[in-house]
Amino acid sequence: MKAAVITFPGSNCDRDLAVAFEQAGFDVARVWHKDTALPSGVDVVGIPGGFSFGDYLRCGAIAANSPICRSVVAHAEAGGFVLGICNGFQVLCETGLLPGVLMRNAGLKFVCRNVGLTVASAESAFTSGYAQGDALVVPVAHHDGNYNVDAEGLAALEAEGRVAFRYTDNPNGSMGDIAGVLSENRRVLGMMPHPERAVDAQHGGTDGAAMFKGLAEALVSA
Amino acid sequence: MKVRVDVMLKQGVLDPQGEAVKSALGAMGFEGVEGVRQGKVIELELAEGSTEADVKAMCEKLLANTVIESYAIHM
Repeated sequence: MKAAVITFPGSNCDRDLAVAFEQAGFDVARVWHKDTALPSGVDVVGIPGGFSFGDYLRCGAIAANSPICRSVVAHAEAGGFVLGICNGFQVLCETGLLPGVLMRNAGLKFVCRNVGLTVASAESAFTSGYAQGDALVVPVAHHDGNYNVDAEGLAALEAEGRVAFRYTDNPNGSMGDIAGVLSENRRVLGMMPHPERAVDAQHGGTDGAAMFKGLAEALVSA
Repeated sequence: MKVRVDVMLKQGVLDPQGEAVKSALGAMGFEGVEGVRQGKVIELELAEGSTEADVKAMCEKLLANTVIESYAIHM
């Protein structure tokens, strides 16, 4: 099992994400944004949190048009797995791999704390380590996590069970308390909370570990 | 040639920054501010011969996120 973690100028969760993948048994390749191709044999691409390109223009907009992102989109379109966390979620929305957009938090403040999540769908490789309805505690740290999508897009996400996680106490104004969404083929997940910051007892919680373990097991059995 | 692109949130999309500016103006005693929308102005310096179609492509691909933003090109 091989994971690739992309680093943009301004990424700051790339190492944490690599460690989380490694703990779950992945070989991890670190990939620079100017690279044009992913290493061969990559099963899952991780797009980490941070402030790629200083959040200039719009969060994730410039990263989404970087050389490596063309390969990430091609990987996803060929049925590969992609996990985008926080800024990674913003990047995936900007590439069009996921619907909607992350806007400024409704309260206008940067929110950095643990939040409660509910697993809204266990039907994906990413969430297969959980049961639907499981309650988790995972940190968020963002200024632009207010998920918005048009009415048709929202209806499609709900009808197809593509909301992966919801907030129990909405910290940012997201529609439908949405914290994470899946692509149509359920192989691309974007989420604002940071599961990679909850994989070790010394993080203060381990509720994120099941995501990486579940993903690893799903890939082995596939 | 100089080209200006105005990028604004579409009507109907909540603009929390605009709302914050509106409430600040009210708190400062400016009466009659019924709405505030905040957007961006992007100035491009383009080679002569660039067309509006070129700028439109830039807007669609990068300068605006057309899910929530509209843009106006001033050549």
